[in-house]
Amino acid sequence: MARAAKATDTGTTGSAKRNVSKDELLKYYREMVLIRRFEERAGQLYGMGLIGGFCHLYIGQEAVAVGMEAASIDGDQVITGYRDHGHMLAAGMDPKAVMAELTGRIGGSSKGKGGSMHMFDIETGFFGGHGIVGAQVSLGTGLAFADWYRNNGNVSFTYFGDGAANQGQVYESFNMAKLWNLPVVYVIENNEYAMGTALARASATTNLSQRGASFGIPGETVDGMDVFAVKEAAERAAEYARSGKGPYILEMKTYRYRGHSMSDPAKYRSKEEVDEVKTTRDPIDHIKTMLEQAGVEEAEIKAIDNEIKAIVMEAVEFAQTSPEPDPSELYTDVYLEA
Amino acid sequence: MTDILMPALSPTMEEGTLSKWHIKAGDEISAGQVIAEIETDKATMEVEAVDEGVVEAILIEAGTEGVKVNTPIARLAGGASAPAPVKSAENTGGETAAQEGGEKTAVVASAVAPQVKPQSDPEFPEGTPMVKITVRDALRDAMAEEMRRDDRVFLMGEEVAQYQGAYKVSRGLLEEFGDRRVIDTPITEMGFAGIGSGAAMAGLKPIIEFMTFNFAMQAIDHILNSSAKTLYMSGGQIKSSIVFRGPNGAAARVAAQHSQDYSAWYANVPGLKVIAPYDAADAKGLLKAAIRDPNPIVFLEHEMMYGNEFEIPDVEDFVLPIGKAKIQKEGKDVTIVAHSRMVGFALKAAEKLAEEGIDAEVVNLRTLRPLDTDTVVASVKKTNRLVTVEEGWGPCGIGAEVAARVTAEAFDDLDAPPARVHQEDVPMPYAANLEALTVPSVEKIIAAVKQVSYK
Repeated sequence: MARAAKATDTGTTGSAKRNVSKDELLKYYREMVLIRRFEERAGQLYGMGLIGGFCHLYIGQEAVAVGMEAASIDGDQVITGYRDHGHMLAAGMDPKAVMAELTGRIGGSSKGKGGSMHMFDIETGFFGGHGIVGAQVSLGTGLAFADWYRNNGNVSFTYFGDGAANQGQVYESFNMAKLWNLPVVYVIENNEYAMGTALARASATTNLSQRGASFGIPGETVDGMDVFAVKEAAERAAEYARSGKGPYILEMKTYRYRGHSMSDPAKYRSKEEVDEVKTTRDPIDHIKTMLEQAGVEEAEIKAIDNEIKAIVMEAVEFAQTSPEPDPSELYTDVYLEA
Repeated sequence: MTDILMPALSPTMEEGTLSKWHIKAGDEISAGQVIAEIETDKATMEVEAVDEGVVEAILIEAGTEGVKVNTPIARLAGGASAPAPVKSAENTGGETAAQEGGEKTAVVASAVAPQVKPQSDPEFPEGTPMVKITVRDALRDAMAEEMRRDDRVFLMGEEVAQYQGAYKVSRGLLEEFGDRRVIDTPITEMGFAGIGSGAAMAGLKPIIEFMTFNFAMQAIDHILNSSAKTLYMSGGQIKSSIVFRGPNGAAARVAAQHSQDYSAWYANVPGLKVIAPYDAADAKGLLKAAIRDPNPIVFLEHEMMYGNEFEIPDVEDFVLPIGKAKIQKEGKDVTIVAHSRMVGFALKAAEKLAEEGIDAEVVNLRTLRPLDTDTVVASVKKTNRLVTVEEGWGPCGIGAEVAARVTAEAFDDLDAPPARVHQEDVPMPYAANLEALTVPSVEKIIAAVKQVSYK
């Protein structure tokens, strides 16, 4: 079954001919491969018992976080749900700090106290990492409120999934964001399944880009497997929000290759469906083809692959050698001194 | 050379069946390729390769049952080496770690909770001029003064701006500060509590007004999960300097859904500070402290106190310390511990008891988290008797907590088991007579005092 994104509304984008520089191609290739290799290793460490609890991998969705990041400027904020590793890496967080957080070590971004679903990095403007489905939508609207309050020209990129799109507070947030024209770009990562529930089984209307229509929020559906389509849509949306016109919705048609979390055997979809996406729509294969067409030598690509592998192995090593938090950390970071 | 290890499907899985191989010796494989299937009694899952290389050998045949997690199941020639589990026995995560009772508990015990010593109540010299003010205006003045002082402070909620507050607490603020800083919201508690929490993460200092705390039930996820826990979850990176305020507790004749005391609910949560003022001085001094505090604060006001007038010191910048109880009335025979409106009930009970020769001491808790155990225990050590009073239900309540702390720290000083006065264990009835039976009263407090005094 073909699952190519369909052009249904305003300015839907696909893989139109683009004038892309070799450097840009290499940059996105590198960033997407970093996320994929990182997540594969995270899956492996989970399998070895080094990562506990819940662990939601971003494999398959790499083009969304990487393409969106291309439209962000200094001071912009990013916030997302629990499938957050990819956004953190795309935001420029140190892979070592991310992996060490997954293993619950002091070198982790939250000193091992947050884990997979609760990571933050104030330096890169990454505000989490939230485990309650939909909560990040109100919070991301609040980040945009702060930008509006300070009139600083920044934008909040607020990510959520097709599952969260049915939460009530999403619409409370849409309403206020438009009422006050807050600078927020809502990025709906529609990977087709909310845990085990297919979109059409949970949503009365499945065109998520139009979920803001009753509030007057424009939206478009984007091929989330094409990093350049994502980037171009991100630039349009960010420009719109930055110019004071208010919120904008981007529905990213994407797909997660792995289960919802590590313990999900994904029996609700066929192997053929997954294989079809992997072989025809893979975001990394897509850019690799573009690299080949641009005449980039195989050796150059291989060199990047090796470099990424080394970065990820270094993160894996760090995540195992960084010590567990000292028991004295148990009572720190509960309150700030008044 | 790289070994491919038997993975776990979940943190509790110890072994499984290697049901199928998709590769054989001599195959070249790449990262992400599905190479095998494993199953347990609960689930089946595909195993993807993490490394690339040529399969040198299959070490465990397809169909083998009881393959232990982390057993090498195949070997690759070439490629980067797989990460070896470093002291994997100690590093089992999630559920497994929670089951390792003994050792973990020992570790926890060695971490000592910091003892926070609150500052003492500021003393005002004899002759400090006093001024009469309602609780309502004291709260308004506190917000106005802090908004003048710090541009990051703003007020958001239902009817706070043009309507001047559902209970007129924000009267005049829109005129002085404008609609950037005094913001009417739609009726959408979860949404604006989340927006406030997000704005606080970004460094602003929101005051989020709930028309009543009954409606904050819609927003409690953001108060707990998005505010109270954020500093901890972020390893100290993201602070939430935010005040959630509004009337709490029973109003008159509004029945079950509009009459609930949430003191114990919020006081249960680490990361929050919970304040419940009684009079105008508490209201002004503690709200100013709350707005300045870098932590998330739940500030529980009382609708039936808004119109009451009290004297407060007429000084510039009147701020009270959070976490410090006040001896509202000294006495030697029995300690009555109360907060919010119940302090007034306790004072009335003390007056009547004095007529019968019982000299009660009334402790106004002011802050419920952190609870000022020292002041309460010192009082009980003097009086040897304890009565707690609260508007909320008894089970797991503030009184239960106070009684537990007193029995732990002053067991030998108690001459009688502590007594608790609280709302009857039913939802708030509407009928006037039933309502009166349900809530704490001066008479119930007097009866409890007599009970612990064996009189």
